[in-house]
Amino acid sequence: VLPWDETDVHSHPCSKKVFVLRKTCPTEQKLEWPSNSEGAAKVSLLKKVPALKDGDFTLAECTAILLYLTRKYNTPDHWYPSDIQKRAQVDEYLSWHHANIRANAPKTMWIKVLIPLFTGQPLPAEKLQEVMEGLSTSLKQFEERFLQDKAFIIGSEISLADLVAIVELMQPVGVGCDIFEDRPRLMEWRRRVEEAVGKELFFQAHEMILNIKELSNIQIDPQLKEHLAPVLMKMLK
Amino acid sequence: MGLELYLDLLSQPCRALYIFAKCNNIPFEFKHVELMKGQHRTEDFRKVNVLMKVPALRDGSFTLAESIAILLYLTRKFKTPDHWYPSDLQKRAKVDEYLSWQHVNIRGKGSKLFLTKVLLPLITGQPLPPEKLEGVTEELNVVLEQFEEKFLQNKPFIAGSEVSLADLVALVELMQPVGAGYNLFEERPKLAEWRSRVEEAVGKKLFQEAHEGILKAKNLTADKIAPELMEHFKHHLLKQTGQN
Repeated sequence: VLPWDETDVHSHPCSKKVFVLRKTCPTEQKLEWPSNSEGAAKVSLLKKVPALKDGDFTLAECTAILLYLTRKYNTPDHWYPSDIQKRAQVDEYLSWHHANIRANAPKTMWIKVLIPLFTGQPLPAEKLQEVMEGLSTSLKQFEERFLQDKAFIIGSEISLADLVAIVELMQPVGVGCDIFEDRPRLMEWRRRVEEAVGKELFFQAHEMILNIKELSNIQIDPQLKEHLAPVLMKMLK
Repeated sequence: MGLELYLDLLSQPCRALYIFAKCNNIPFEFKHVELMKGQHRTEDFRKVNVLMKVPALRDGSFTLAESIAILLYLTRKFKTPDHWYPSDLQKRAKVDEYLSWQHVNIRGKGSKLFLTKVLLPLITGQPLPPEKLEGVTEELNVVLEQFEEKFLQNKPFIAGSEVSLADLVALVELMQPVGAGYNLFEERPKLAEWRSRVEEAVGKKLFQEAHEGILKAKNLTADKIAPELMEHFKHHLLKQTGQN
């Protein structure tokens, strides 16, 4: 059974971000996250993943968790630079991300795989087109304002901003909407990000997303289907 | 040339910046970008922020968009009192948690209600269907409940005993639906008390000054909106609020 909750999945991009960051910095403590939504509810009142539990301290929202980890584990400076202007550029991207890339990229997965899985119906092509148009606009702004002609968002080194962006953009790739295809500058940036975190780790984190279509073959409990179908449809509005 | 903040106080994030800078005595030049006149879509402003949004900051040759980024930049550059963005790791994380969550929740739903109630009828020239208003109000009510349960709980402020960026950002967003005529504080005593505390913490006079414009927003009429902007709204806003 997949660890569902109303709007997030276990293989949510944020979980991948935390996973990647955790693996790239040596930590003594094992930071685990709950493997089902009930467990998640105990950790996070918002009932979403990712969630962090560090002793009695619980935390939701992947940006908050990523920042907490950089501070607690003193990760290399480039992830969240101490230079206040570079740091501001990371903050700027992390803020903009929510209502822009994140507003559309995950919907491709919902439309192509997850919603049909739960409702038993494919969605009309216009729905996907709408989302891809929105995503196109965001990608244009991403290239114009955030990436420009630099290697990474803040310049010559990778930061949290690149990580947060890339995992979200892998969602459409996973369902066959390869947004990197006609965007060479983005494709090169992607390669640099994969290189910087480690290709093996990157693909390990994205295994589920890149094989998401296999989900279409699983059996979903009919009651769960009935409960979630209207919620999922509402999400698209 | 000192710090420039490009603002229109009709915008929630602009108010957060304005209040924060003023109550911390941060010197800045107020560059008024009048949204209703479409000044955010001019070539001149594009040089400051290619994304064509307010607020924006210019500090010498450095430009910055996104109010959260600007607020954090100001706390660091001007070394504002610790409580705004506590150095305690866990308290800071709680502020980050709220600032992240709020984008699509309090900010998302509060803005949606304002746009639907105030701007949509001006764009379509038609009165707002009651079901539409009920729908957006209900969405906002859901996140208000989450705000009280998850973020505020029984504490005086989101991070604990002192006001932080989280409270300021939350309150200015909640004033937007109030400006649209939805007095969400009326039947929520816990929220109303928290609001009082935040206003007290930043200075009531400053808070009221910052909100003068938005509290008159219900009186906005179509002729106050620049024609090019009206066209832009027709194209984008209608999609956003679920109209065709």
